[in-house]
Amino acid sequence: MSEIKFYHPKTVLQNILATANKTIFNQLWLIKVLPPLILIIAWETASRLGYLKPLILPAPTAILKAAYYLIESGELFHHIGISLIRILKGYAVGAGLALVLGLLIGIFKRFDQATTLLLEFLRPIPFFAWLPLIILWLGISETTKTTIIAIACFWPVLLNVIAGVKSVDKKYLEVALILEKNRYQTLTKVVLPSALPSIFTGLRIGMGMAWGAVVAAEVIASTSGIGFLLMYSREMWQPDITFVGTFTIGIIGLIIESIFTFIEDHLIKWNKNNKSNNRKGRIK
Amino acid sequence: MGTLETLFIENLSKTYKAENGDVHALENVNLTIKPGEFITFVGASGCGKSTLLRLIAGLEKEFLGDIKLGANKIKGPSINRGMVFQEARLFPWLTAEENIAFGFVDKNISPEEKKKIVDEHIELVNLNGFAKSYPHQLSGGMQQRVSIARALVNSPKILLLDEPFGALDALTRLQMQQEFLRIWGKEKTTVLLVTHDVDEAIYLADRVVVMSCRPGSISKVINVNESRPRDRNSCAFADIKREIYKVIFKEESHLIDYYI
Repeated sequence: MSEIKFYHPKTVLQNILATANKTIFNQLWLIKVLPPLILIIAWETASRLGYLKPLILPAPTAILKAAYYLIESGELFHHIGISLIRILKGYAVGAGLALVLGLLIGIFKRFDQATTLLLEFLRPIPFFAWLPLIILWLGISETTKTTIIAIACFWPVLLNVIAGVKSVDKKYLEVALILEKNRYQTLTKVVLPSALPSIFTGLRIGMGMAWGAVVAAEVIASTSGIGFLLMYSREMWQPDITFVGTFTIGIIGLIIESIFTFIEDHLIKWNKNNKSNNRKGRIK
Repeated sequence: MGTLETLFIENLSKTYKAENGDVHALENVNLTIKPGEFITFVGASGCGKSTLLRLIAGLEKEFLGDIKLGANKIKGPSINRGMVFQEARLFPWLTAEENIAFGFVDKNISPEEKKKIVDEHIELVNLNGFAKSYPHQLSGGMQQRVSIARALVNSPKILLLDEPFGALDALTRLQMQQEFLRIWGKEKTTVLLVTHDVDEAIYLADRVVVMSCRPGSISKVINVNESRPRDRNSCAFADIKREIYKVIFKEESHLIDYYI
């Protein structure tokens, strides 16, 4: 005898939700994309309904239009290009110096002792605090910006390089000792590889700092670059362009971060504590 | 391979300076180890077994007495004394074969020759197919095999092993003991192995050195004359075990207030 099954409306709803959960919400990209999408739609709707003043908060479509105009005229890439070149110069100087100094401090005890006091004193000074002095010395020039970027990325690189070199496991050094490796071999084959993840962390954070510093320097003292675009458009009351500039900074920061992650994953694939591996194995 | 030499340990004492007084890690240790002999050291933790091994390896330089390999005093680390630690201590950034190749010291060997020797050693420790694996991709037992191979590429006169199988699970440990005897049969070096596993000590050694604590010294040296492979359940094996336990626990009897 067959029974007629009655489905309670609640059960039906639960089933639909469960199916939806399986098919739609289980898509990772959807989970990632949905929140910003909702935000943008709400923003646009509020603008169209007149709740937001265009001069304070322009609609997303207006920002897109401004972006299109800036891209088409080549203005945006002009400014991005200038900012990127400044970063590369400043980063090469700052990170390069920090790398060399960090290795020297990490390897030579005497060097470490001799520099401790000086570095401890200089480290807490924010890079921005150097700007007035640097402008005093160098005026509002390219070198000013390079210098401020160099200072900004110097510290995170330095500290991480020192930490990386110093934290090499003593047990590994014993292995090198037993296998009669000389100082140079121990340095290149044991100390440096073991310090590499930490060095990379420093370089990554340093790049983030450099990117922040270039914008800061351009806002204060520049007639070009992405920071200048921000400042100038504000003065001209063009918030849509200011938004384009601000978002561009975010997007480029994201791209730089991805490049670093990519290099790190391929260069240090042996590292079990690797960031991308952690992402995969995260506790849910 | 160079000819093996006798290892002389004469009146060896070692004191560590600690905050609350000196710690006598070793006191007046005398032992002569014949070329090609397999010696195991057993004793409770902290009785100076590992210290003795580190002294022979040349990792600790301040001690009293003499350690001589043949006619030469041991002054520092040397590749004629290979060492394997409890943790495999492989470099995580190198593959298994690169880790083994790291063991090479002799610069006069051509790359082809090196490759050949590394391959032979991978074969020797039964790791065919894992040459390109990174340490984190290998099991604990496999990592220890790589570590043994790394210690062997220079054909050391003495191989020092500090609780090499201590961190492995019980079954893998038994397997590694057999494997190690096989490897030793081929390489024929003098072996000094520290363990706290009495079974392991008897199963492997020609002579078992039983050590006592505070200060670390040799209580008794027991010959194991059984032929290999040994039967862990044989009567002779049990007799030796009983003898060792007797030495170890008699020593601690003054610490025990009652017997069951």
